Amino acid sequence: MIPLSWYLIFAALLFGIGLYGVLARRNAVAILMGIELMLNAVNINLLAFWRYLYNSSQQGQVFVAIVLAAAAAEAVVGLALIISAYRRRKTVVAEEMDLLKG
Amino acid sequence: MAPLQIVFLILGLATIISAVMVVTARRIMHAALWLVLTLLGVAALFATLENGFFTAVQVVVYVGAIAILIIFAVMLTRRDLQDTPQQSNPNSGIVAVIALAVTGGLIYGLSTWQNFSASRSAMMTNAAAEGERIVDLGLALVSPDAFAIPFEVASVLLIGALIGAIYVASGQRE
Amino acid sequence: MPNFWTDPIGFLTQWLTALLIGWGVAPEVVNFSLSLLGAIVLPLMAMLFVIFLIWYERKLYGRMQDRLGPNRVGPWGIFQTFADMGKIFTKEVITPTGVDLVPYNLAPILAVGSVLMAWSVMPLSVNIVGVNLSVGLLLVIAAGGFGELGIMMAGWGSNNKYALLGGFRAVALLISYEIPMVIAMLIPAMLAGSLNLTEIVANQDVPFILMAPVAALIFFITQVAETARAPFDLTEAESEIVAGVNIEYSGLKFGMFYVGEFLHAFTASMLFATLFLGGYRGPFVEQFPLIGIVYLLIKTFFVYFFSILFRGGLPRFRIDQMLNLNWKILAPLSLAMVFITALVDKTAVQLIGGQLDSTMLLVVRTVLLLAVNGVVFWVVTRLMEINIKPARRVVSGARPVATPGVSQQSPEDPQVPQEPQVPGEVSA
Repeated sequence: MIPLSWYLIFAALLFGIGLYGVLARRNAVAILMGIELMLNAVNINLLAFWRYLYNSSQQGQVFVAIVLAAAAAEAVVGLALIISAYRRRKTVVAEEMDLLKG
Repeated sequence: MAPLQIVFLILGLATIISAVMVVTARRIMHAALWLVLTLLGVAALFATLENGFFTAVQVVVYVGAIAILIIFAVMLTRRDLQDTPQQSNPNSGIVAVIALAVTGGLIYGLSTWQNFSASRSAMMTNAAAEGERIVDLGLALVSPDAFAIPFEVASVLLIGALIGAIYVASGQRE
Repeated sequence: MPNFWTDPIGFLTQWLTALLIGWGVAPEVVNFSLSLLGAIVLPLMAMLFVIFLIWYERKLYGRMQDRLGPNRVGPWGIFQTFADMGKIFTKEVITPTGVDLVPYNLAPILAVGSVLMAWSVMPLSVNIVGVNLSVGLLLVIAAGGFGELGIMMAGWGSNNKYALLGGFRAVALLISYEIPMVIAMLIPAMLAGSLNLTEIVANQDVPFILMAPVAALIFFITQVAETARAPFDLTEAESEIVAGVNIEYSGLKFGMFYVGEFLHAFTASMLFATLFLGGYRGPFVEQFPLIGIVYLLIKTFFVYFFSILFRGGLPRFRIDQMLNLNWKILAPLSLAMVFITALVDKTAVQLIGGQLDSTMLLVVRTVLLLAVNGVVFWVVTRLMEINIKPARRVVSGARPVATPGVSQQSPEDPQVPQEPQVPGEVSA
């Protein structure tokens, strides 16, 4: 009923929106939100391919689980860094963090 | 138009609109709340892919932990001056063009692939009920000739992230 | 046509389907409307039950404090909750200025909705379950996550720094206590071999509280913390932070938080009964499934009684004591229990499973797991006692005593009595 192309187009759109969020936002936390959108688009793609083409093997699902774990780890470390940088420089705007020494 | 198609269209549209609001919201707290809605929409799409396990895991991990963490970070790094407009870079116009180009390129590149319009036919061996699929997934994650090593590496990554985040965010001076 | 007594849901479904098709409704619409009816009836029953629950709690809590509890409105005060409802419905709903409308209004809905989500997978009797989801346990955990989101939104949307602070502390508490809760929930899933709640109940020939008592204790403590009841109610204590997250809510919105708290406590007790006490199992359940609901309610009220006992009998924890308890005691203990239970159970089945028949194997497993749990519990209590000795010594040692007349004498007077030394810092 639902062709695979619908899921792929949806995931590509989500990826593009996430890409815009990463490149065009000033707040560092907003950039991280864009990264999360991109990772979710990847997950959708993986599960769609798994469901439609490789339903009998477990590779697709395991890949999604690993991507989910990696996204969680990266979000945690990224937010810790942002909070630590905010304490030093009192700003979260990515453009203003342009000196190597605090 | 089968009911499942209508459901997919509604969910997909809601998720895309929420994602657009995430990247264009003026106030960052609103962007975080729209992100929660987007993640829930993605979880619902996992459900249309007949994968209840990842629906639940997406809600537990993304909505229940990562989204709350992002909201915490937004609240801890807030200065009232930053809720004013100009949340977008000066480059936002060029970036919009680039993002559209990347999306269009992806869709075009995929559409030339032979299986682009594959449908969910009876060829799909869907004989295994969902419960047995979870058992298979569990076995695949821990059996040594399946995916035990990526599983262990992912757990090492998570422990590294845990320790690193605690150290970085604890704010210790030298 | 199935009999009403042996298969109530099947009977009702067939009867209603025949009725609706007789009225000329298309079959897909019939299916959809029957599902909708079920989705409306189940939360409605839960919410109506909370009325009785609030009365039960207030009477019992009052009796524990040597007073009568509500006894004016109706015989034994059973209509007190209706009076409270009347008051809450008719109170003025004040929306402060400067609130962010969407989070402020969405938060009470999430607080109640997240708990009601967990009711959809709860097995009420042999065939009576909302959705027989194969990942039912994960859905219950996800419902907890939604509740935290609701509290966060209430804290931020109220435009009040006390609400924000209360929201921070509440969410920190909830997230911390989610870890031992999830790990302790893994143990019945491991013993039953499935995440499906109906399977977990069906595999409890021996209730899992006998096979995993330490896990049951951890689960109970973390559930009391997750529902933010005493002794973990720092986040909404009147002497601490004046109602915490609920400060700026009045009228029906506060009523939803109030109802959500009781419903959460009840759902947590029902989850405990399902996971550890055998759910709806009891004599004659296969013949009369409706008795299963009665058994489940009896077990749930038994667990809820202990929850009220905790509330009435224990003083409030400080935030650092709560976090200490979680990260230093409960989280490592739950991890150790998963490890030990898996090791003991699976090796027992592997080594001696082939030689015994199934009931004997069950008995051997139960006895072995019970012994191992007892050893772990003893070790943990010994460790806690060793750690608590310095603090006890300090608290029960000599204290400075105020002597009258000291301040009237001059400092260089040789007859000024010396004050006993304060025995160092007390660190709890």
